[in-house]
Amino acid sequence: MDNQIDSDQLLPKVYGERIVALPQDLYIPPDALEIYLDSFEGPLDLLLYLIRKNNIDILDIPMANLTSQYMIYVEKMKAIKLELAADYLLMSAMLIEIKSRMLLPVPESDEGEELDPRAELVRKLVEYELMKSAAQELEKIPQLGKDRIVANAYFEKITEITYPDVSVDDLFNAWKNVIKRAKQFDNHKISRSELSVREHMTLILKSLVEKDLVEFSSFFNVEKDPIPKLVVCFLAILELTKERLIRINQQEPCSPIYIQRENS
Amino acid sequence: MDSTTKIKELLEVALLTSHRPLSIDDFQKLFIEKIERSTIRMLLDEVKSDWHDKAMNLTQISSGYRFEALPSFSEALMRLNPDRVMKYSRMVMEVLAIIAYRQPVTRGDIEKIRGVSLNPNALRQLIEREWVEIIGQKEVPGRPSLYATTKYFLDDFGMLSITELPDINQFTNDNSIEEPAQDNIDSTQES
Repeated sequence: MDNQIDSDQLLPKVYGERIVALPQDLYIPPDALEIYLDSFEGPLDLLLYLIRKNNIDILDIPMANLTSQYMIYVEKMKAIKLELAADYLLMSAMLIEIKSRMLLPVPESDEGEELDPRAELVRKLVEYELMKSAAQELEKIPQLGKDRIVANAYFEKITEITYPDVSVDDLFNAWKNVIKRAKQFDNHKISRSELSVREHMTLILKSLVEKDLVEFSSFFNVEKDPIPKLVVCFLAILELTKERLIRINQQEPCSPIYIQRENS
Repeated sequence: MDSTTKIKELLEVALLTSHRPLSIDDFQKLFIEKIERSTIRMLLDEVKSDWHDKAMNLTQISSGYRFEALPSFSEALMRLNPDRVMKYSRMVMEVLAIIAYRQPVTRGDIEKIRGVSLNPNALRQLIEREWVEIIGQKEVPGRPSLYATTKYFLDDFGMLSITELPDINQFTNDNSIEEPAQDNIDSTQES
């Protein structure tokens, strides 16, 4: 692993002098480096930090020192966070360019006005520092949803109720539906039968004691008896036949059917 | 009861029960008969002075008027809904500051000032919050979007207009730069 930190290399230099005592804040354990670099908002932020840290006048930046310190950070950064390093690398290139231009002798200028190669960097630093403070000032202003609290008292809301129109037809249709549904409900009612098949079997057998032969239709009083009674009576005849207690006879098609006791 | 008093009371009740700031147009809707805007303004001034020594203040912001709790109560009131408080990152606040003070700006302008490429999340968060909006395109190659702050930004920060932003010129004399967020980074203090 090459992100092992050489603490000697990390020592900052202020105006060319190496600080021998390791400042607590500049010792960065390798694992914490990523978090540490995250606390800077970009190369300008890091530069500003270095400038303030070393009490450098922003208008008279010692390029050599600042560049070398800056490069130490960028080297470490390159090892860990490549994508982040791109913006920082651009700044390194700019710092080195400024530094080299300052080393070169300045040609005699026609306008007599000497341009400091650091001017553009200073302008950027000043603008960024301004915006950074502006952000801090904005943060101090109370914000809605945070520390600005507005009135929102309760009041009873009255909503107007509008009544729907109802015609006689609507009412009639509604009533028809009620009846229809009631009928459906009726048909599904299942109750225990009060008529016993066994009881009817007994009754039929009894009537056959008196008469030997009884006409089938005489068991059914269609006009007077309710349908369940007729059904139960029929079932009783079938049941008796099955149990071979009676016999059903018919001489020819459509002639009267007679019932008689078996083995009588 | 005096009709003016009644109008004033209605303005007051409307302000106290509204969930949003009320404009003069809103106030006019309260009445069946027409009330002059100047009358409403005058009565609002009276409401404001009626409340001047109370725990709530009538304040005028970009979208209109609203009652606000005095800032001195904020800390206590925030304890009622502690989870509601959200804080934006330093990056988002810097982007907001640049848009607020240098508007209209393009994404490129923001990147130039901050010296670092812009995380699209920062703009998205600010647009979602309705603090920032796109107000057009810059007529240069690529036609980049121009960003500016919204009326809601002014409302939420309690301002009537962008001119009420803290004076940027007073920062330049102030040389103290805040150290990076982590406490363990810096233990020495500079004066």
